[in-house]
Amino acid sequence: MTHRRWFTPWLLVAPAAVWLLVFNVWPSLNTLVLAFTNAKPLGGGHFTGLANFSRALDDDQLADALLNSVVFMLVCLPLLTMLPLLLAVLVEKRLPGITFFRTAFYTPVVASAVVVAIIWGWVLDDRGLVNGLAQRLGVIAEPVPFLTDRWLLLFSAISLTIWKGLGYYMIIYLSALGNVRRELHEAAAVDGAGPVRRFWSVTVPGVRNTMLLVSVLVSVSALRVFSELYVLSNGTGGPGGRDMSLVMLIQLYSRGFTGHLGYASALSLLLLVVTIGPMLLLLRLSRKAA
Amino acid sequence: MGTHARSPRGGGLNATGPGEKALRYVLLALMLALTVSPFLWQLSTSLKSLDEDIYSGTPSFLPEHPTLGNYAQVAETIPVWSYALNSLVVAAVVIAGNAVGATLAGYALAKLRFRGAKLLLGLFLATLVLPGEVTIVSQYVTIRGLGLADTLLGVALPGAIGMLNVLLMRTAFMAIPAEMDEAAVIDGATAWQRLLRIGLPNVRGMLSVITIFAFIGAWDDFLWPLIVLSDPENYTLTVGLQYLNGTFTANPRLIAAGTMISFVPIVIVFAALQRFFFRGVEEGAIKG
Repeated sequence: MTHRRWFTPWLLVAPAAVWLLVFNVWPSLNTLVLAFTNAKPLGGGHFTGLANFSRALDDDQLADALLNSVVFMLVCLPLLTMLPLLLAVLVEKRLPGITFFRTAFYTPVVASAVVVAIIWGWVLDDRGLVNGLAQRLGVIAEPVPFLTDRWLLLFSAISLTIWKGLGYYMIIYLSALGNVRRELHEAAAVDGAGPVRRFWSVTVPGVRNTMLLVSVLVSVSALRVFSELYVLSNGTGGPGGRDMSLVMLIQLYSRGFTGHLGYASALSLLLLVVTIGPMLLLLRLSRKAA
Repeated sequence: MGTHARSPRGGGLNATGPGEKALRYVLLALMLALTVSPFLWQLSTSLKSLDEDIYSGTPSFLPEHPTLGNYAQVAETIPVWSYALNSLVVAAVVIAGNAVGATLAGYALAKLRFRGAKLLLGLFLATLVLPGEVTIVSQYVTIRGLGLADTLLGVALPGAIGMLNVLLMRTAFMAIPAEMDEAAVIDGATAWQRLLRIGLPNVRGMLSVITIFAFIGAWDDFLWPLIVLSDPENYTLTVGLQYLNGTFTANPRLIAAGTMISFVPIVIVFAALQRFFFRGVEEGAIKG
């Protein structure tokens, strides 16, 4: 397309280009540099070679955080790949009132993770709804320590992540289900295939690529978990700080007078390495499938 | 969209039998209970008066003597209304920045030819594989270098033009047929005039989607304001709520009132604008 002044396009992209450079390209490069320094919130910033990385190797809290991430991912991956698909099949049919249900199921997604985690913290508290009801019904004698046990706290955060994520992935599947050819369902029904059979032989193959995409998104976001664990543990990382996530450690080292920006940057690079793994792996798989 | 007809009996494949319909509504109702009951429980707690035992083994979903007192009282513990205002200021900057910045850049990348466009597009795309948390530390170093640590502007600035939004606006502008533009060029319209008269009216759907999500993203964000802000005076609502939740052994009714102050506006905004969102979904705007 022609235009009279050569600089007009540049004028239009200028703000976005400045943001690209200042808030994306520059911080990326700077992370790479900072990771090899002892930069502190106040002063510091000398090149220290691989010191941050050898410190990471000896960091027990980091080992716990990585273990937590792996558990988080292994539980979320199958559940958040399958449950939202079932939910999407449920809301796909345009029954009266279906928009209300779709909107309601999406509500946990638009709520802040902080709000959701505070609510769940109250529900799972020693004196909260779940323990109160269970004790009343005589299922348990003592309250279950959902928020003060190392593993129960992790699984509480996992449950709330799944609960909050259902609607998000449901919408992605809903959009994909529209593209599954209806004739396939009809043909399968004529052949006498029941709903379960058709789900596995028509729906699932029809949304295969979307399932791959969802599993990448689920894995990456499980590795990035922060607010849920932070709020449920009141920022402490649970008993003995053993329920930290990688991002919680990054946050911990990036603020306050005791912070260590260099080490936090090294941890950021580690986060990049672990998140780019599933991304590339699944990209390859999907390319093979295509 | 009758993809799951149970039997051909009674009106062919696309009809829904009464049995299936009932089963679907039962499942929908169960899911509804699972999704909204924690919010309703919190709302109920926020309305319960001090005389009512909220820890009792037989919790009641309806407050005995509903009161708004907790909403007044939470403001005495933390400046919750000024936190809400802070969140609103951040959201306003983010919305305005994205609506303008992403639209202008999206238009240029989609409809105008210029040197370096390909390189720029590649860089915009490349940022998408980088999780935001990876650069958050050096992002903070940048903001501090600009003298914006512990300010609301420092919270709002990095997200004021989202790279994904630029790409989404570009996609929307690309969908406008080239002939419309060509006709306007022959009429002597400048790039700016074409953007205003042909471009904008055709991308209102996408513009509303990125605006909704800019608002939700800014209002809900926690990690970034938590890093940037240190003075409790400057907190946004999410950081302030965690501060209330973690620092004070406050009465759960007050915390519940605080969470509702954050939750209710976002639900109203989303419920009011959900038709734009779901229309986009049905049209396949969010493709797998």
